[in-house]
Amino acid sequence: MIALLRKELALYFTSPLFYALAAVFLALGGWFFYTNLSFYVLMGGMNLPLGFWQFQFFDLRQLLLVLVPLLTMRLFAEERKLGTLELLWTYPLRDVEIIAGKFLACLTVVGALLLGTGLHPLLVAPHQAVALGPLAAGYLGLALLGAACVACGLFLSALTDSQLIAGASTYGLLLLFWVLTWNEAAVGAGALRVLKPFSLFDRFETFALGAIDTRDVSYLVLFTLAFLGFTFLALDSRRWRGLR
Amino acid sequence: MIEVRDLTKRFGGVEALGGISFTVRAGEVVGFLGPNGAGKTTTLRILAGVFPPSSGVVRIAGRDPLVEPLACRRAVGYFPEYAPFYPELGVAEYLGFVARLKRIPRARRRSEVARVLAACGLEDVARRRVGTLSKGYRQRVGLAQALCGDPPILVLDEPTIGLDPGQVDEIRALIGGLRGERTVLFSSHILSEVERLCERVIVIARGRLAGEGTPAELGERLAGAQRVWLRVDAPAGAAAAALRALATVHGVVPADGGFHVEGAGPDLARTVGEAMRAGGWAVLELSRETLDLEEVFRRLVTTR
Repeated sequence: MIALLRKELALYFTSPLFYALAAVFLALGGWFFYTNLSFYVLMGGMNLPLGFWQFQFFDLRQLLLVLVPLLTMRLFAEERKLGTLELLWTYPLRDVEIIAGKFLACLTVVGALLLGTGLHPLLVAPHQAVALGPLAAGYLGLALLGAACVACGLFLSALTDSQLIAGASTYGLLLLFWVLTWNEAAVGAGALRVLKPFSLFDRFETFALGAIDTRDVSYLVLFTLAFLGFTFLALDSRRWRGLR
Repeated sequence: MIEVRDLTKRFGGVEALGGISFTVRAGEVVGFLGPNGAGKTTTLRILAGVFPPSSGVVRIAGRDPLVEPLACRRAVGYFPEYAPFYPELGVAEYLGFVARLKRIPRARRRSEVARVLAACGLEDVARRRVGTLSKGYRQRVGLAQALCGDPPILVLDEPTIGLDPGQVDEIRALIGGLRGERTVLFSSHILSEVERLCERVIVIARGRLAGEGTPAELGERLAGAQRVWLRVDAPAGAAAAALRALATVHGVVPADGGFHVEGAGPDLARTVGEAMRAGGWAVLELSRETLDLEEVFRRLVTTR
């Protein structure tokens, strides 16, 4: 598993896609930081319901949605296209290790990019005290949400040998989980009660506010584990049917 | 080392393997022959652990891959057709990755990579990316990953396909060099290649065993049939009638102003030539035709 993790990381860090994505992510993250900060410095006197970091976290959440499908789409689709998945299956390696290696590699990349935004609190700290607790909660939320998105993308990548289809369907599914409760008026109160807990991105809000709710933690962890399980089933089923 | 009994594989409604059985003893180099679509790759993939069979028994070094998949995969080095590769990785980097996946202890990893690089003549390109290499080198990288970890059994799927003659010779020399040390099962659709390298040949066609034996045994079985191409200056029908009257001729097929004459015995061309001379006709062309492989297989299948 460690070997596969290392290979995946080597492939990420040698591909131009990673650097392009990192540049986009950090540049946009920086832009949000700048605009949010200006907003607060200029309008700070207004009685705003949310703090600066909450705005920042919500913006980073959006970026995560844009970023993750582009990182996950190649994980299995590319191996399948190249035919290397067949080779991987002939090494003394369990399917679980293959999935874990790829998942952790992608999560490491997402983590590295999130770490890059750690610059923002460092820039603020000399001028204004930064509350570390809420900040940590926000980053935990981003990491858990990132893991959930990566697992979802990994699953869809295991279903196809086209990176484009894997990426597009990941956007679709993640957006669906996001907008599940978007139009609260359109769904009945009963349906809303059923759908609300499944809304992936609502779950992030408590983290952004600086609170760690175990219900939200367990939902995101379960979401991640469920999609990793689906990935396992998808691979296993394709294998038995002789599809590579 | 390899034992296969009543192996079948179905893909949806399509039967790829209809129950084949064979064994490969330790230290043997065995050729696996068959026309395209015969089920060669399917069989080899099952042996390598890519997917399980629909039914039947497989034993790799006495173990059942369904019960001990990891031990079986450790015993087999597999070279898939077309040698897939990661274009962005360097040759040595890739082989180091394979060595780690095959769980070679850290202390031996570097020397193992150096060993397979040397064995496959890859030292000069060790730092190049696999994607920038020529087809011949990529094929060698594929062989190197199969050899990595020194598995006792090698399963090679069309290791010489798509290479130029010089490269084919190199790969053949490499496989020939493994003789005695390892058990090798490799597939091919080139008869002469298999003849040169193998002690034994297994022929399959349409998912079933069509023949098995030493190249000489199979050759003898095929020596019964020959074909010559004849063009002769004779009245229409007369030559064909004279040919059909010959005892050793089994078939006459007119084509392109001449005939494909099929018959038995090593002297078919002489028999045909003499018959034409006896008729007083001038022979314009007379040559022995080699049977193409598809036909060899068809014969092997139908003569059973």
